[in-house]
Amino acid sequence: MLLSVIDAARSFGAVQALRGVDLALSPGECIGLVGHNGAGKSTLMNVLCGALAADRGELLFAGRRVGRDWSVREAQRRGLRCVFQELSLCDNLSLAENMRLVLPTLRGRGWRGRAAAQLMASLDRIFTGHGLRPDDQVGELPIGKRQMVEIARAFAPGEQPLKLMILDEPTSSLDGQAAQQLLAFVREFVAQGKGCILISHKLREVFQVTDRVLVMRDGQVVHTARTAETDRERVVAAMGQDEGGAVAGVALPGAASPDADEAPVVVRVTGTTPMQARRGEVIGLAGLAGHGQTDLLLRLQSAAVGRSSGTIHVDSAMAFVAGDRQTDGVFGLWSIRRNMSVGWLAGLRRGGLIDLKREAAAAQTWRTRLGLLTADLGLPIHSLSGGNQQKALFARALGSSAPIILMDDPMRGVDVGTKHDVYGLIADEAKAGRTFLWYTTEFDELYHCDRVYVFNNGRVAGALERTELSEERVLSLSFHELAA
Amino acid sequence: MRTGGERRWVPLLHTLLPALALGLLLAAVFWRQPRAMSYFGVNLLLNVAIPVMFATLAQMMVLAVSDLDLSIGPFVSMVACIGAAVMPEQPLLAVAALVAAVAAYALAGAVIEWRQLPSIVVTLGLSFVWLGCAVLLLPTPGGTAPEWLRTAMRLTMPGLPLPIWVALLAAFLGHMLVKRSAFGTLVRALGGNPAAVARAGWSRVRIRAGVYALAGLFGVCAGLMLVGQTTSADANIASRYTLVSIAAAILGGAQFVGGVVSPVGAVVGAMTMTLAASFLTFLNIAPDWQIGMQGLILILVLGLRAGIDRLERLP
Repeated sequence: MLLSVIDAARSFGAVQALRGVDLALSPGECIGLVGHNGAGKSTLMNVLCGALAADRGELLFAGRRVGRDWSVREAQRRGLRCVFQELSLCDNLSLAENMRLVLPTLRGRGWRGRAAAQLMASLDRIFTGHGLRPDDQVGELPIGKRQMVEIARAFAPGEQPLKLMILDEPTSSLDGQAAQQLLAFVREFVAQGKGCILISHKLREVFQVTDRVLVMRDGQVVHTARTAETDRERVVAAMGQDEGGAVAGVALPGAASPDADEAPVVVRVTGTTPMQARRGEVIGLAGLAGHGQTDLLLRLQSAAVGRSSGTIHVDSAMAFVAGDRQTDGVFGLWSIRRNMSVGWLAGLRRGGLIDLKREAAAAQTWRTRLGLLTADLGLPIHSLSGGNQQKALFARALGSSAPIILMDDPMRGVDVGTKHDVYGLIADEAKAGRTFLWYTTEFDELYHCDRVYVFNNGRVAGALERTELSEERVLSLSFHELAA
Repeated sequence: MRTGGERRWVPLLHTLLPALALGLLLAAVFWRQPRAMSYFGVNLLLNVAIPVMFATLAQMMVLAVSDLDLSIGPFVSMVACIGAAVMPEQPLLAVAALVAAVAAYALAGAVIEWRQLPSIVVTLGLSFVWLGCAVLLLPTPGGTAPEWLRTAMRLTMPGLPLPIWVALLAAFLGHMLVKRSAFGTLVRALGGNPAAVARAGWSRVRIRAGVYALAGLFGVCAGLMLVGQTTSADANIASRYTLVSIAAAILGGAQFVGGVVSPVGAVVGAMTMTLAASFLTFLNIAPDWQIGMQGLILILVLGLRAGIDRLERLP
């Protein structure tokens, strides 16, 4: 065995990202790792390459047990390298200089030339006809070329012989030809007795290049098969399998008002993401993470404040519920009350100043309505748990007068209790005539929507009414590959 | 996928802007004061720029890793005070003090990375430490620079005046260090994408400590040269260097986002900033107005730079 993982587990706070994964890879083998968002693929990869330590479990690489000293540098020294999903090149450096970053002992006169030679040889080998030069600045290259550089850099000879390569979504920005060149190279690479783990959402590529497929779900490997002995349908089914079965039971019966079809259209988008929302509708935006959902929400918001683009028609104000709380949600130094009321300031003004009494009263109302667990609304926002912080963000948006609410995967890392409180609130508000556009990566939440648009590569791949909704159809549309 | 050959001149303009600004200012000075166009005239004009060049190089090192050094002015003052108050009598003690000062700079860099502190806060705090040390050393202006330093700063060089030689040397050394050396590549990488540096297995603490140590070293050079020129020192002798060095480094092509710096530009920028001050004197502008005018010149040049940046980004 080149690599054996036995019962690896890792949690982040209350979230169990890996719950006991077993994996074995022999020399000359390429395995594909697939699964939906948050299935634990990236965590597993980070544990393997030394960027994260596992909470428990054993890791054997090239016949030796890996101890506490496993780190990125140690992994590289032993011959394990990774290509990460988000690029790890420095935009402000040239190609040769970026190569230098991964060659720690290269110094002395002429280092630039030697680094460049290694990288260019690797580029020539994998992506024939790439048209790159060693003194090109990475920042000036289009994203596809950058990904080529990143991959070629990882496959360059380096300082220690390479034994195992982990590729995380390596083809996400490559065009069809470059992707084919890479896949052909991967076959050549494993034919020399090396190992490769390919993490990809593009099932066609996984089926084309791997010997075995592992399907991950909820931090576990739920399905393993030889690639030749399985097919796309079985893999997709495994990704979506739910132990509990009847997910549909969660759905709110009849949340949509009976006259929904007559309600006026408040949002209409044309172009690559055609969609519309009527007053009082809850619209779900589904698909894999980063396929254009957040982008659309941001475009809608700028359209609402007047920076309109030709393809979007919005006829009223919008409020935004952030999902990435720490980055674009909470004001970390402010109180809970101020964090809520910043969304309602327009309605709280009295002679240019904030009417503190009304602010306090409104905040108190929302505290009761949302069941916000806190001793005092004057406490700093960080005194709240993640779920309660998110409630405050909901209060910020719902307390405003905006008739349309945009939600950017707002339930990330939120506990079940909070979720159910919020689902109820959304249903009530929708009945009262508010429109919701709800991007979510959690499949079950789609059952709370009247209509779901599935995104794929920045486009709407399909629309599903609530009655047509099933996890298989959403997955199938998410993984549907547009003709290359 | 390049933007086409016809736009190649835009980045070139970027590189040349500091030099153009310097050339224009020099021409203006010579126009007002033709006698300055001589060996001694240039010597006199640019002498003041020598310590500023090194302070700017120090600032540029820190800017390269997306930090800002608000303590370089007081630090240079303190070094000058060490040079004037301690060095003549106890040279060994003075050298030990300077080594300790550089070590303190390196430590600050390590702490900034290790604890993920904002550099502005740390260096602002340090600036008061340096100022305090300087006041302790020289409560009133005075002291005498050691003889060898004074002689060195008065050297009559063959061919070109001393400031030009120093500028050439500083620009060359800085260029080799930041643009050509393997360490310089790591420094710019840390400024450009810290996550990538960590992912490649480097110790960011060590790199940042090294950067700050080099900044301290350049600061020591600036302080000693300054005291060699003025022969005596006081605790506030270089306090304006903090802002001047930031302005000069930015003028020379550095960017606040980090990772993008130019040592040659920084040296030219330092000379431009000093010349701008002298030029205003030649125009017989009252000293009260000079600082404001200097600011206007700076705004003008930085505005030009922003304009060129926009040209570069055009499709």
